[in-house]
Amino acid sequence: MAVSNSTLHHTFDDELDFTDIESKYHVDLDDGLDNVIVADGIPIIDKSKLEKLLAKIAKEFTRKGAAIKPDDIFVPWDNASGKSKGFIFIDAGSADAAAFAISAMHGHPFDSKHTFLLNRFTDIEQYANMDETYVEPKTEDYHPKEHLRAWLADSLGRDQYVTYRGDDVEIHWHGKSSQCEIAYSKKNWTELYASWSPLGTYFATLFRQGVRLWGGPSWEPQQRFAHPLVKLIDFSPAENYVVTWSHDPIAVHPNLPQGPEFFSPEDEGNNIAIWDIKSGHLLRTFPTSLLEGEDPLVKKQMQWPALKWSADDKFVARVTPGQQISVYELPSMGLHDKKSLKIEGVVDFEWCPHGDKDKDDTDKAAKSGKAPKKAKENMLAYWTPEVANQPARVTLLEFPSRRILRQKNLFNVTECKLYWQNHGDFLCVKVDRHTKTKKSIFCNLEIFRVREKDFPVEVVELKDTVTDFSWEPKGERFAIVSSSDPNLGNPGPGITIKTDISFYQLDRAKNDFKLLRILASRTSNTIRWSPRGRHVVLATVGSSTKSELEFWDLDFNSEERREGQAVEWGAGIQHLGSADHYGVTDVEWDPSGRYLATSASAWRHTLENGYAIWDFRGQEIEKHILDRFKQFIWRPRPRSLLTKEQQRQIRRNLKEYSRAFDEEDAAEESNVSAELIAHRKRLVDEWNAWRARCKRDIADEKRSRGQRLDSGGGDGEKEEIEEWIDDVIEQIEEEVD
Amino acid sequence: MRPILLQGHERSLTQIKFNAEGDLLFSCSKDHIINVWFSHNGERLGTYDGHNGTVWTIDVDSQSRFLVSGSADNQLRLWNVANGKCLYVWEFPTAVKRVAFNDDDESVVCITEQRMGHQGAIRVFKINRDGDGTDQPSEPEYMFNPVGSKATVCAFTYTPNLILTGHESGKVALFDIVTGSEVENNERAHMDTVTDLQLSPDRSYFLTSSKDKTARLHDTKTLRVLKTYTTETPLNSASLAPNRPYVLLGGGQEAMQVTTTSLRQGKFETRFWHKVLEEEVGRVKGHFGPINTIAVHPVGTCYASGGEDGFVRVHHFDESYFRAKPYGDLDIED
Repeated sequence: MAVSNSTLHHTFDDELDFTDIESKYHVDLDDGLDNVIVADGIPIIDKSKLEKLLAKIAKEFTRKGAAIKPDDIFVPWDNASGKSKGFIFIDAGSADAAAFAISAMHGHPFDSKHTFLLNRFTDIEQYANMDETYVEPKTEDYHPKEHLRAWLADSLGRDQYVTYRGDDVEIHWHGKSSQCEIAYSKKNWTELYASWSPLGTYFATLFRQGVRLWGGPSWEPQQRFAHPLVKLIDFSPAENYVVTWSHDPIAVHPNLPQGPEFFSPEDEGNNIAIWDIKSGHLLRTFPTSLLEGEDPLVKKQMQWPALKWSADDKFVARVTPGQQISVYELPSMGLHDKKSLKIEGVVDFEWCPHGDKDKDDTDKAAKSGKAPKKAKENMLAYWTPEVANQPARVTLLEFPSRRILRQKNLFNVTECKLYWQNHGDFLCVKVDRHTKTKKSIFCNLEIFRVREKDFPVEVVELKDTVTDFSWEPKGERFAIVSSSDPNLGNPGPGITIKTDISFYQLDRAKNDFKLLRILASRTSNTIRWSPRGRHVVLATVGSSTKSELEFWDLDFNSEERREGQAVEWGAGIQHLGSADHYGVTDVEWDPSGRYLATSASAWRHTLENGYAIWDFRGQEIEKHILDRFKQFIWRPRPRSLLTKEQQRQIRRNLKEYSRAFDEEDAAEESNVSAELIAHRKRLVDEWNAWRARCKRDIADEKRSRGQRLDSGGGDGEKEEIEEWIDDVIEQIEEEVD
Repeated sequence: MRPILLQGHERSLTQIKFNAEGDLLFSCSKDHIINVWFSHNGERLGTYDGHNGTVWTIDVDSQSRFLVSGSADNQLRLWNVANGKCLYVWEFPTAVKRVAFNDDDESVVCITEQRMGHQGAIRVFKINRDGDGTDQPSEPEYMFNPVGSKATVCAFTYTPNLILTGHESGKVALFDIVTGSEVENNERAHMDTVTDLQLSPDRSYFLTSSKDKTARLHDTKTLRVLKTYTTETPLNSASLAPNRPYVLLGGGQEAMQVTTTSLRQGKFETRFWHKVLEEEVGRVKGHFGPINTIAVHPVGTCYASGGEDGFVRVHHFDESYFRAKPYGDLDIED
């Protein structure tokens, strides 16, 4: 079953839940008695004192601000004794006035013996009509939950991907050609787009009413977050929290359901909301941050993700540009240490990601139940621009101790970009620098080696502008796209910018980064490393004329290298293949690094939309041209549970495994072709049978009309065309007598 | 394959037709002219002059004696094939979009457009084959106005008095010309305008192409869709290859969008699909505009395609085309 949701009425097959809309537009039936108050504790009197009493009550009420007139009071009489009953009805004029009068006069001491007790008439009626018998709430049956990571246990070891086309969302299995099948599909599963959580556990779809998470083999709803008109979502790295953003500020309607899963009046006007995935509770909301003195009407590109998560989900931080970084602790979402990090001029920051080793350590610590001796702290890097006489500065900061680990001053800086290697071994700061005249821009790469003592920094100086930078996952290499094209920066239709791609690697002996290889005058503008490193794809994306994909292997002769250590620098780089996918807009590796998916999305253009899947060598495996194709995403996989030792074991015995796989492949191939031939045979047989029937029908028809049955007979014969060519060579006229 | 480029038109082609023997190829175009060519060498035999507007459609009878043509000048004309003389002119309130002979050459069906307050109409004329052909009845034998979506294409079936129509909504229907009533229809045959309709030699099944990027094979009797060929471009024409199990599809982007897209994206290729297995077999390039019309020689030895670029390309199939068996030894009835 879904994570228990407070909405008891929700059924499984309801795709969309309209309860929030229903409750929003629910009209309270106005029974017209909201303005009537029942006041108890009135002195019991006879008729002679009535006028005086009413005047006094009216005066008491008016004194507290709830003005009523004696005419508004109705006094019920006990006809038997001729005295009043001790309570009165007051018409306060309106429901609001009644509410105010109750809050002001309830418990008001009238005299020493009498205290006013005020209630709404409607309340009294409601409680009087209440059913007295106690109904025991029904205990819900226990439904065992489906395993959210069941797809990992697929016996064929296949990966999944999702496609979104038109209104259809489909989840596919991807394996060998015979194993590709649709795992699940649903119409109108999302209204905007779809997304996977970072470890692939949840599938998120966006609706007008909010976000919904799905999971398990039968794709049951797991959680929902009621954020109306949500546009963007972002998961925390460990899938504990989710951040949603809507362009429209949160508005809380009085009729909306209340509870920890819903917005409360304090959240009104905010745009960003943070939710706990497991409980579905709303943790906190924020407004979209604005720069100081910035006109809110002037639209600026919003930074997304607006909140950045530390790798262990313990902290989330957001930057107020120019002023501070605010770090919040989870799950309380309170400001850490009750104060933000005040940093004059701060522009941007990034958390250091955790490597496999860090994760192993924390797992071990969690298992043994005691904190490690010296818990590794989180780290974040931020940069501040040049202000007055101060140089620009990149800082590494430890958190939560807030200790500055390393600072580096930089000059003539226009812009900095921070790139962490995905295991947190290196930090590259791409510094766009200008010459003194500020006319031309060139680029420096400042690379921090984070795992080493004192954080040594290497500088790679480049003459060109760097448009893209990408670390090899888990590796010591990176690739950059640089360009000296004069058209850079002023894109026009039909202009394809010439670029150079360079690969760099850490030279262990000298401890600096050296150029491995430069690929000059390409058009590629996108680098996609395989998630397992080694392979890389260079793509030309977003161009109307070029759409090349280049597949490269950076350790082509890695087998030999293991024996003879000394190998020529950069010799392992090998071009594996080239391909072309017209109009490609997205390029994505599958989580295993074996396949690459390219797609042309209808969100960008409408020419030849669809997707293709390639293997790592650039061989096309499948290609689908589909109208209105929008989105393709591989389902991410969580980290392997195998230990390093087990992985090494598998690698050692790879040959034996592959023998078994090869046999399977061969068997399958023959199977497939047999199936295909049988299928074709069936189609042809059906067709021939239908044709025979048709011919009989026509013959019958013609016979009944008394026509000759010759048509069709003569058509098959070939006609001989004889061309007579008379060449007149000589013409002699002779006169014959 | 030896392509012959026929450069006799100045504007885009609208329809091309082989005669029953396949030695002659008729073509009509937006430049008001109808041409006739020898199909085996591409030599032009002559022209049929007289129309004063885009000639939308032509058809030739099975004896190659009469030719009918329909034009945007609101005329339907009957021509003598042999000498190019115009034998008779019918005038209508709106343009003629489609004409077709029936299988015994006695009747001609034509569609006139729905425009300027005039309803779209389907008329059937009796053709008087006696004499020199100038003595024709001026009034149609039958006439009716199909209700609903506009009819774009039509043809006679093998059953007398039944015609097939394709409509702008994607509907395909069977009409009885005597009563003018719809006998059978398939509303969801296509999702967009039906652009072409060509019958098999015995008229028991037919092929339609549509702007919805598919071509479909239908049973004439029930209008059931037998096969679907899905491409990635809007289709303007589809033709059946006799004696080989292929269908030929042609199309490309809308003419108005051509200038904004490159040749490569346009997909101005003739596609060959396997008729029964619904798989693409091959493509023939050549045109630099969308292909508007395709016709295959009645014996299947060559085919011709006419494009928005104003050219007709005649391709004679190589020996290998008849020998190749890309799907193994399958005996497929025509």
